[in-house]
Amino acid sequence: MKITEYIKEHILYLDGGMGTLLQAQGLLPGELPERWNLTHPDVITAIHRDYYDAGSNVVNTNTFGANILKFSADELDTIVKAAIENARAAAKSSVGKQEKWVALDIGPTGRMLAPYGDFDFEEAVAVFAETVKLGVKYGADLIFIETMNDSYETKAALLAAKENSELPVFVSNAYGEDGKLMTGASPAAMVAMLEGMGADAIGVNCSLGPKALGGVVREYLKYASVPVMLKPNAGLPKSVEGKTVYDILPDEFADEVCALIGEGVRVAGGCCGTTPAYIAATVQRSAGIKPVKITKKNITCVSSYNHAVIFGEKPILIGERINPTGKKRFKEALKAHDIDYILKEGIAQQEKGVHILDVNVGLPEIDEVAMLKEAVCELQAIIDLPLQIDTSDPIAMETALRRYNGKAMINSVNGKKESIDAVFPLAKKYGGLIVALTLDEEGIPTKAEDRLAIAKRILAEAEKYGIDKKDIIFDPLALTISADNTAAMETMRAVGLIKNELGCHTSLGVSNVSFGLPGRDMINGTFFALTLGQGLSAAIMNPYSVEMMKAYHTYLALAGLDTNCADYISFAETLPQTVTASTPVQTTASTASDEYSSELQRAVVKGLKERAALITSELLGTVEPLKIVQEEIIPALNIVGEGFEKKTVYLPQLLMSAEAAKSAFEVIKASMTDGKASDKCAFVIATVKGDIHDIGKNIVKLLLENYGFAVTDLGRDVAPETVVSEVVRLHAPLVGLSALMTTTVPAMEDTIKQLREKAPWCKIIVGGAVLNREYADAIGADKYAKDAMETVRYAEEIDSSLKA
Amino acid sequence: MKIPFDLSAVYTKTYEAPPIDKGEILRYSGACGNVPEIDALTRECLAELDGVLTYKACFRIFDVSADGTMLDLGFTRTDSAALSKNLHGCDRIVVFAATVGIGLDRLIARYSRISPSKALVFQAIGAERIEALCDAFCAEVNELAREKGCSVRPRFSPGYGDLELSLQRDIFSVLDCSRKIGLTLNESLLMSPTKSVTAIIGIMPDD
Repeated sequence: MKITEYIKEHILYLDGGMGTLLQAQGLLPGELPERWNLTHPDVITAIHRDYYDAGSNVVNTNTFGANILKFSADELDTIVKAAIENARAAAKSSVGKQEKWVALDIGPTGRMLAPYGDFDFEEAVAVFAETVKLGVKYGADLIFIETMNDSYETKAALLAAKENSELPVFVSNAYGEDGKLMTGASPAAMVAMLEGMGADAIGVNCSLGPKALGGVVREYLKYASVPVMLKPNAGLPKSVEGKTVYDILPDEFADEVCALIGEGVRVAGGCCGTTPAYIAATVQRSAGIKPVKITKKNITCVSSYNHAVIFGEKPILIGERINPTGKKRFKEALKAHDIDYILKEGIAQQEKGVHILDVNVGLPEIDEVAMLKEAVCELQAIIDLPLQIDTSDPIAMETALRRYNGKAMINSVNGKKESIDAVFPLAKKYGGLIVALTLDEEGIPTKAEDRLAIAKRILAEAEKYGIDKKDIIFDPLALTISADNTAAMETMRAVGLIKNELGCHTSLGVSNVSFGLPGRDMINGTFFALTLGQGLSAAIMNPYSVEMMKAYHTYLALAGLDTNCADYISFAETLPQTVTASTPVQTTASTASDEYSSELQRAVVKGLKERAALITSELLGTVEPLKIVQEEIIPALNIVGEGFEKKTVYLPQLLMSAEAAKSAFEVIKASMTDGKASDKCAFVIATVKGDIHDIGKNIVKLLLENYGFAVTDLGRDVAPETVVSEVVRLHAPLVGLSALMTTTVPAMEDTIKQLREKAPWCKIIVGGAVLNREYADAIGADKYAKDAMETVRYAEEIDSSLKA
Repeated sequence: MKIPFDLSAVYTKTYEAPPIDKGEILRYSGACGNVPEIDALTRECLAELDGVLTYKACFRIFDVSADGTMLDLGFTRTDSAALSKNLHGCDRIVVFAATVGIGLDRLIARYSRISPSKALVFQAIGAERIEALCDAFCAEVNELAREKGCSVRPRFSPGYGDLELSLQRDIFSVLDCSRKIGLTLNESLLMSPTKSVTAIIGIMPDD
């Protein structure tokens, strides 16, 4: 019988701990247990057999750490082969009469995935793929991914299993006492991602005892439409008179597990500290429990590495600002590969209160596939909101979905065959909530009923791919009322029809409705309120639009979705007071206070970011941009810089001033038509290969930018070849390299050597904790800089010598 | 007498937040004295830490013995003279790893992009927090040792003196750090989360 069939009607029993039993048999600290498949097959087989005898349906092979990071390809092959044979032999010789399967066990690699570690996602997929292929080759019945405490690594393992086998895949995560994975994921987020990718059973193992995992298990049961597993520890290890004991005994363990089986757990076993006695007790005591039916939960959601966002509770705001359409500054940033600009756009929208970020970086002049992937990776590294991946290029879509750490929103599919053929297979493979536009080969129908008909066709197509209705959200398309004054009403009717007749969620790009009209914000806000009244679930919108935010917050209060109107009240407090007369802000640049020659200078020296920007934009009305830079900002920076050199100003103050200056520069940059505020030479900066420390490098970069250098930041862990090719491409006269560890100084030396060969014109500055002047000389650098100011001084020296 | 711990098991502990030492944060930020701007910045950063940090440690006890210039740590051997000196007279060691979690790395990365001054302060906070966690752990070991009539040596980490950084690999292997506390080691022997420490504490029987 197939396990996926069996599980529909029965409780499925797993095995218990392996590691603790092996230690009792003499496994030494640091010894790799997987080798025991070869050296002690009798011991391994006996343990497996004890579990089958105790009533386990599934035994996990002794392959927790069997991967090509720990073993050579040849040894790995023999280990997996022996491991499966050992489990098979145990199944054959067991006296147990129950159905039996052998699961290929896959544990985490112990490496952290990039960007917080140095393990590339695709590398992780490849590592898991090797083990999976061997499991298939030697006849495992299923793949059991377990004890994963990072969502991204879990995704890599599941993807490898799906891409390299047809076997059922069970996925189990290890949660901490806080009910989250070590890297932050909530149970709902994991359910969303794993179900989306097609895991056959999901659940929790390790960390804690059954009762302590109860909260996490209940979250799984609430959200999951597939069988939920529980494989807990026998409580916590304690040292009693020099011996390790786990604090929960078999009977207590079995009772606690049975309680959760009663609540809906369908797959049960044990982890650290459990033995065949624990499994036997669990099997025995749960014999009378009728399996709780597994039901479809019909929950529409997306997730980030951290949390899930669920549709249908409150309307969801999707920030639309990461999109170059109609935005000159954004286009410039994309062309200049200015990732920071994109990230700031993301963070600012998060601060405005959006729940999801739309990410569109399509521009004819750039490589969208590479850019979208990079934007998604960078955004998900520092922002915990789920992303809506917005592209019409299926390759860019797949590349981004693959790297996305969670269940993404997919923007978009439509009723055209070509679109369905391209998007649905990706959604099926990677999971995702698909935004479906109600248009087809004939265009956008005028009548709401015809848009409903397209929606029905899209649903029928989705079903063919095995994509559930809950994973489609319809965008019935807002069209401008300036062209057709029935447009808004038809869109609203379509929202209602889709909700009521199909039971599906809807999303709208609201602002299209006002295209071509003055005071668009007013119309958008009112239209948004009206569509919310029709049951709109989400809107792609501009969170800086006050009218839209007003409509949203008032709707929540009016619809009874805002307890005590608390959210509304705090929103109302952020609104500017009703304008009575244009109250002049006290920022006049001429009224300088205390020892500073101007207010702007004071703002920069004191590190007041917002104020510096505000004063600058006022000044721009009367003063030449370059004059502001030369006569206000640079002198202010010099005051701080000199103070730092004299040790009267500390590093945090130096940085705060630099940030204030930068915000002033941003204002100036935006006002200048050619967008060029810098007049100094190019400076390429990087943290060398193998090193991931970049705080120091970022500080140097910020100051250099302030002083007008055109800085190209290559990031951290940068290969020598990358530095060289960028310096050559820009013919940059200055390069800054940073290293924090003695172990990465050789990489710095190598980079310098290659630069000398291919870019003999450039001056190389080095810095970082492990370096000093002697060291810098020894590896052939031109200059050792002890801090950011010294780098700036040297760079200015070189720049002026170039101009002389 | 020896601390009666089972030598075959790795133990895990989660701590409450140890008290914050603002002076230390200031020092790690490269500042000192009373500067209102820095103080405000530090307070702003501390307010953002709610729910971000976790305080976890895992440890295991080993017998230690000297064999000429080689030191047998029970899970590996080293010829580090500095560690030998530190462990002189000890018969057991506590090997531990501690971390304040990946959340702080995310905050630092986020602010590196939008506010290097805050990134700097978060770095400083991280340094102060992990030291405070290690102090809390060591205080416990110290107390336990005293109960058993033993005393402890100051904690000693790979990379101190001539103790090679590559010892990290052995420590990670015997403590199963990634599984126990979510701490990983990369190819360059750097730890992730970055605000983490591994160290050895010598335990000396009092005669």
